[in-house]
Amino acid sequence: MAIIQQIIFIAILAGVAWLMYQRIGIIGKTIRLGKEEDRTDQPSKRLSIMMRVAFGQKKMFDRPLIGVLHFAVYVGFILINIEILEIVLDGILGTHRLFSAALSNFYAALIGFFELLALAVLIACAIFLIRRSFLKVERFQPARHREMSGWPQLDGKLILVFEIVLMIAILTMNAADSALQDLGSAHYPITGDFLVSQWFKPLFAEWSEGTLIAYERLAWWIHILGIFIFAVYLTYSKHLHIALAFPNTYFSRLEPKGEMKNMPEITQEVKIMLGLDTQAGDTTVPERFGAKDVADLSWKNLMDAYSCTECGRCTAACPANITGKKLSPRKIMMDTRDRLEEVGRNMLANNGEFVNDNKNLLGDYIIEEEILACTTCNACVQECPVLINPLDIILQLRRHKVMDEAHAPGSWNMMFQNLDTNQAPWKFSANDRFNWASAVVDRGPENKSTESGI
Amino acid sequence: MSEITYQVPTMAEMAARNETPEVLFWVGCAGSFDDRYKKVTIAFVKILNAARVKFAVLGTEESCTGDPARRAGNEFTFQMLAMSNIQVLDIYNVKKIVTACPHCFNTLKNEYPALGGDYEVLHHSEYLQQLIDSGRVRPQGGEVFKGKKITFHDACYLGRANDVYEAPRHVLEALDADLVEMKRCRTKGLCCGAGGGQMFKEPEPGKKDINIERIEEALQTGADTIAVACPFCMVMMTDGVKNKEKEQSVKVYDLAELVAQANGL
Repeated sequence: MAIIQQIIFIAILAGVAWLMYQRIGIIGKTIRLGKEEDRTDQPSKRLSIMMRVAFGQKKMFDRPLIGVLHFAVYVGFILINIEILEIVLDGILGTHRLFSAALSNFYAALIGFFELLALAVLIACAIFLIRRSFLKVERFQPARHREMSGWPQLDGKLILVFEIVLMIAILTMNAADSALQDLGSAHYPITGDFLVSQWFKPLFAEWSEGTLIAYERLAWWIHILGIFIFAVYLTYSKHLHIALAFPNTYFSRLEPKGEMKNMPEITQEVKIMLGLDTQAGDTTVPERFGAKDVADLSWKNLMDAYSCTECGRCTAACPANITGKKLSPRKIMMDTRDRLEEVGRNMLANNGEFVNDNKNLLGDYIIEEEILACTTCNACVQECPVLINPLDIILQLRRHKVMDEAHAPGSWNMMFQNLDTNQAPWKFSANDRFNWASAVVDRGPENKSTESGI
Repeated sequence: MSEITYQVPTMAEMAARNETPEVLFWVGCAGSFDDRYKKVTIAFVKILNAARVKFAVLGTEESCTGDPARRAGNEFTFQMLAMSNIQVLDIYNVKKIVTACPHCFNTLKNEYPALGGDYEVLHHSEYLQQLIDSGRVRPQGGEVFKGKKITFHDACYLGRANDVYEAPRHVLEALDADLVEMKRCRTKGLCCGAGGGQMFKEPEPGKKDINIERIEEALQTGADTIAVACPFCMVMMTDGVKNKEKEQSVKVYDLAELVAQANGL
């Protein structure tokens, strides 16, 4: 019987490992579809940002109460997972509480500590679930934010239910284990009661040894299978942020937020036009200007999309969204990921090569009205707890719309025309640019706009 | 007071006299052409004169930095403007620039280096703070601002874009006025609605204009003066005050105008 359990366990473990390998592979492959961008300079500064923002969750504490609850789930989840090592080894070897003998008295204390964390995770997740389901937190409402309707809303709740079930399984499993120890059951080495689960023992007071063993085994399987399912599930879910928050903060932009990336391919052309370039010839005209689809974005934009946990802090701070415009920075990130996942499925179905599906991020997912509503105020960039930059994507889409499709609002075209002809966005003559000074100084008749500077 | 003769030398005049200014005052398009912001330009010029700063302007040789074109997605127009500006700045061997426009400030400071233009660039809030700290400007606003409530509206391209939050507040504190903050300030400051090319187009369909959302917040502070540090914010906030029919009781001023007032300029 035990050997069958071991074989089943090893088979499931291998299956999960294979699925994870596949998913990580396709996620990595789709991220690498993005354009190159060097984000490896200043490693010590990057490390310090990662330690503060991802490891220390600095930005989550902007909202202190939520910050504390989220930190409890995060620490609990990471540390409890140390116990997974014992569970997996027990599963493979057919042992029970493998580490208890070696750690002796310390073992019960360690499990007690894990149980305390499990309780904290349980409470925090329950609060989060109530908050998501009953408190009308504005940024989670599908009625107000269309990107949240359907799967994203369910996803947010499923994760919490998952974690609650896992924590209940681990606590009641330990309680049943303690009850079995009290009965002197053969396969349950004496470790003593544990810190939290001892309070659940009365639940099992009247149970027979056989029922207790059955429950203990069931809870053990629910817990480990739950973790396996969760591991695969999170690669499809917004929950991927628990892994990607680390590289995403490490590779975040170090330049001032106001700085837009230069387009060297245009610099070359401008230099030729202004007669500044002497070594013409090596000009490679790019296939397209700006970004129309995910592969036109940088790999970091794509990693941003996979790292987004759809919390909506960006959208809640967006002046366009607050005032009822279609733009939602969160939707920009979710659309980018959805398109990227679609491209990934396309690649999987076609031996790893993307086959043109006549769809694009711009047009099929994100529409012009959204990107036109952006004031480039950087509020979304400022808010993101894992340093995602939705603005960078918006601006690349705008570049495509304006330069590649030559499509812009009429008043913008007027502005461009004014800039091209009189070097000001309004219809004023360049010769009148210095007229303001007449209010404070007598500039004399010879300085009154006579020559044509255009 | 009216006896002061102000000077606004151009770089060309300075070069002809073989002189080099301490700093180039980059006026910007709004500062040159917009009737409201021209007053800010003049206020700043008066302060520079009063502080005996050896400055110069480019006059008709200045062009738009290209910021609105770049934000609207027209990289080509941006780079054409930027390259010609860099040529002019380099002909005059400009080292240090001050500007009253956060958009010019951001573009000159952060985006010209990639095109070969490296300068020390200051926003006028930072420059005014330096002038006040070094004693070259001594606001005597005791009577002018006593008991007045001023709220400062953070410009996105000064604040979040470049992390300049304190300089404008230091300048306002030097005025001896009562500085009150809006709920959304500093890193959380709400945009006026004009950045990213919005100044030059109608807003997209929505339920409210952004400047109305912001002006409501500004009015809630009970301030009688809304201080701004950006020509676009100036337009949007002024329109907001008009929309709420508060022109009589609430005034929108740029930092430079307030400092000039405090100095009787």
